Amino acid sequence: MLNSIGVVARRPRGRRWLAAAAGLALGLTAALPAQAQDTIKVGILHSLSGTMAISETTLKDVVLMLIEEQNKKGGVLGKKLEAVVVDPASNWPLFAEKARELISKDKVAVVFGCWTSVSRKSVLPVFKELNSLLFYPVQYEGEESERNVIYTGAAPNQQAIPAVDYLASSEGGSVKRWVLEGTDYVYPRTTNKILEAYLKDVLKVSPDDIMINYTPFGFSDWQTEVSKIKAFGSAGKKTAVVSTINGDANVPFYKELGNQGIKATDIPVVAFSVGEEELAGLDTKPLVGHLAAWNYFESIKTPENEAFIKAWHEFTKNPKRTTNDPMEAHVIGFAMWVKAVEKVGSTDPDKVIEALPGTKAPNLTGGISELLPNHHITKPVFIGEIRPDGQFDVVWKTKGLVPGAAWSAYLPGSKDLIGDWVTLKCGNYNTVTKKCGGAS
Amino acid sequence: MRFSRACLVALLLAFSFALGGTAARAASLEDALAHFTADDFSETITGINEVAASGDPRALTVVRALQDGQLMFSAEKKAVYVKDGSGKLTDAATGKPIVGTAPADVELVRLNNRLRGAIDAAMGGLTLLVKNPGTRYDAAQAVFKSRQAAVLPTLENAIAKEQEPGVKRVMMEARAAIILSSGKASDEDKLAAVDIIRQRADQDSLGLLSSLPPDTSAPVLKSAAAAIGGIKNRLVLWEAVQNAWYGISLGSVLLLAAIGLAITFGVMGVINMAHGEMVMIGAYVTFVVQETIRNHNPALFDYSLAIAIPLSFLVAGCIGIVIERTIIRFLYGRPLETLLATWGLSLILQQAVRSTFGPNNRDVGNPSWMSGAFDLGGITITYNRLWIVCFALAVFIALLALLRYTRFGLEMRAVTQNRPMAASMGIRTSRVDALTFGLGSGIAGMAGVALSQIDNVSPNLGQGYIIDSFMVVVFGGVGNLWGTLVGSFVLGIANKFLEPYAGAVLGKIAILVLIILFIQKRPRGMFALKGRAVEA
Repeated sequence: MLNSIGVVARRPRGRRWLAAAAGLALGLTAALPAQAQDTIKVGILHSLSGTMAISETTLKDVVLMLIEEQNKKGGVLGKKLEAVVVDPASNWPLFAEKARELISKDKVAVVFGCWTSVSRKSVLPVFKELNSLLFYPVQYEGEESERNVIYTGAAPNQQAIPAVDYLASSEGGSVKRWVLEGTDYVYPRTTNKILEAYLKDVLKVSPDDIMINYTPFGFSDWQTEVSKIKAFGSAGKKTAVVSTINGDANVPFYKELGNQGIKATDIPVVAFSVGEEELAGLDTKPLVGHLAAWNYFESIKTPENEAFIKAWHEFTKNPKRTTNDPMEAHVIGFAMWVKAVEKVGSTDPDKVIEALPGTKAPNLTGGISELLPNHHITKPVFIGEIRPDGQFDVVWKTKGLVPGAAWSAYLPGSKDLIGDWVTLKCGNYNTVTKKCGGAS
Repeated sequence: MRFSRACLVALLLAFSFALGGTAARAASLEDALAHFTADDFSETITGINEVAASGDPRALTVVRALQDGQLMFSAEKKAVYVKDGSGKLTDAATGKPIVGTAPADVELVRLNNRLRGAIDAAMGGLTLLVKNPGTRYDAAQAVFKSRQAAVLPTLENAIAKEQEPGVKRVMMEARAAIILSSGKASDEDKLAAVDIIRQRADQDSLGLLSSLPPDTSAPVLKSAAAAIGGIKNRLVLWEAVQNAWYGISLGSVLLLAAIGLAITFGVMGVINMAHGEMVMIGAYVTFVVQETIRNHNPALFDYSLAIAIPLSFLVAGCIGIVIERTIIRFLYGRPLETLLATWGLSLILQQAVRSTFGPNNRDVGNPSWMSGAFDLGGITITYNRLWIVCFALAVFIALLALLRYTRFGLEMRAVTQNRPMAASMGIRTSRVDALTFGLGSGIAGMAGVALSQIDNVSPNLGQGYIIDSFMVVVFGGVGNLWGTLVGSFVLGIANKFLEPYAGAVLGKIAILVLIILFIQKRPRGMFALKGRAVEA
């Protein structure tokens, strides 16, 4: 018989050796946890493969840089921070599994993660059930204010609405006809609902002057869609495209716009999901003059921003790596988390969540962001035009910081709702009926 | 005496008027330039319009400098400069180099979209009389778009001098556009203008006729409405032709992606889920070739694709042969295992490329002969799509020739029709298998070169084409090149005719449903090989 059990059975001395070795190993491992407890674990939940990797990989890298910098300052509460990186691979159900793994198995104190709204909605039940804390850095569609999530990205009133206001103004070209072009999932659908209501009710645009189109993720054959935009734009009124196209589909979209000869002076395109990172893979000369709306641009010259970019280039050892808005959101969120933890002296999510509202942290464009009771932050809004070198020229900005509104004032179902986790302890409190909507 | 004194006074007055006139003109260019020192977008637009209207010979240089990002200003000195290629500053009003060093606060005059539109309009007015007919044509088109009444005298002057018929026609259209939008001309002039615009009959004409000023008289409005109706009818017809062209170009992309699969599936019955990754590898080969050219010899950029095509065929083909020899060979007759193995292989290849090149998109540029578009009748044909259609057909014909006229093609066809009989005739079927897989992968590599021009080059490139490739192969019939050709073009045209009505998402769903229904009727696809019945 050649099986291993038979071999061991013939050598009783071997078994005693084995038992002794096992006992030693157990003893050693029992001593180790005492050392492991000296670090605070920080989870990073960003796609490193799949269709969203192009956008999310850089966020994983910036959190690693922030952790390294904090550890150089002595860590938090005297303990070093330890990063736990997982790859949910742009697979939305896998996001939920990986979140559960980070919280239950790795016992992280906080998670920095997610990009698409569908990934955030997938992990939400896990964070609520296991009562942990997620910092979400990406601009999104609003209509949400959860106790376990801090939204450091822009709500629609901090990005989409100011962009539409700019285009409708004489500075932006006095646009009268609007094309809302989006990828088919929850963020563009909800944002376009809000924008349609805003255009019709506030700017008094006729429904004939609004065209809404959706395309799937990764859509590459833009010929028909772009010629539809061209035809819509030749009715004699100034037309603009508001683009909520996400991910890989942006590249063939802009290429087709350039090929069909649509210049930014004819039909400008303002995008909400195209930043320095996405432009790095494009020939930007035909795109000069097209716009993006963000709360941060790499080209903004402030001492904080220049120091950050220098540190980033040293950390990545690549002087050409770009910085973008979601990275700044993580910088602000991380600083706020550290401040709150040091204030309450503990990383327990309940205590940190209580301490967070009211926390202030500097942003990279010269202001101070504050965390509001609805778990959103105050942010400045910038409109930038694409430059031939892939950076943005700021052509307009808000005078001060805009507070993020979780619930849109333009949708009938949400205009009476507010989020308040300080006094009302409710994410969707109806100010008219004076009732809390409860868990969604 | 009195007469000669009056003469003298008249002469003096005339002289002073002339002096004052030139002084006024020079002053107006300098006044206009002062607007650029305010660093305010509205001031800059006023500046552009005043510079263009000043009539100063330096106006064109100033506006061109602004367009090229070479116009600088100093708020301290209230002066405007033009920067030349070497970085030296010259005074904008006089053209003379500055004395001494530049002021410390010299900044670029900033632009935004509205300003760029104003610059285009100004350049149109300023370049109507230059020597180059191409520039005059573009200038006339710019005036047509901007319809500034102030340009009318220059335009009339240009029309009188114009010799080229094409340029003259566009200038007449520009004049018609100004007449219709300004409101001061007589009704006869306006009706004649409507007629000229109706003959232009493109989307810009529609826009112009739909936005006539509200004080236009009724007969002119009626004529414009009739013209709009006529143009729209003509455009509907051209739209159908445009959709057919889009369908053909989509079909050529599907053909390129699917033809390699049709061969491997047909000859070996192997379901190769890593086929999309072969396309991706071809695209990355193009990227590497272009990067090498950019770093060592940028002048060769226009030839980068010609170099990349044989290189990608070899690279992808060799990888295909390696895959066949190491993995596929052991899994013949086990389609499920082949499917799983090649699926795993596709993930490995994607991650390998991601680890080597990074997960971001890679910048693959279009050579100059592939950029832009031209108008044919009422449709726009982009050069890159045109070249891809030609390339797809060339690959198809080359493959047909390979199959029909070479020994290897003969062996491939024999093995496809009846493997045991072919083996007993002395054909080394395992060698044919390896080379066929290499051929299919190599063609996928060449498809990747073409696709890198229209899609973004990232590790996920293959995923977008694998489903479409299988769709084409299943629909067209396995192993038959003509089936793949007809199938890909039918699917492409059907998709592009559905898309304007149903939208992109529903259009794709409708095509998939149609294919499923078609397969119910003809399970072997459109052009099925009878030989497979013996094989099966």
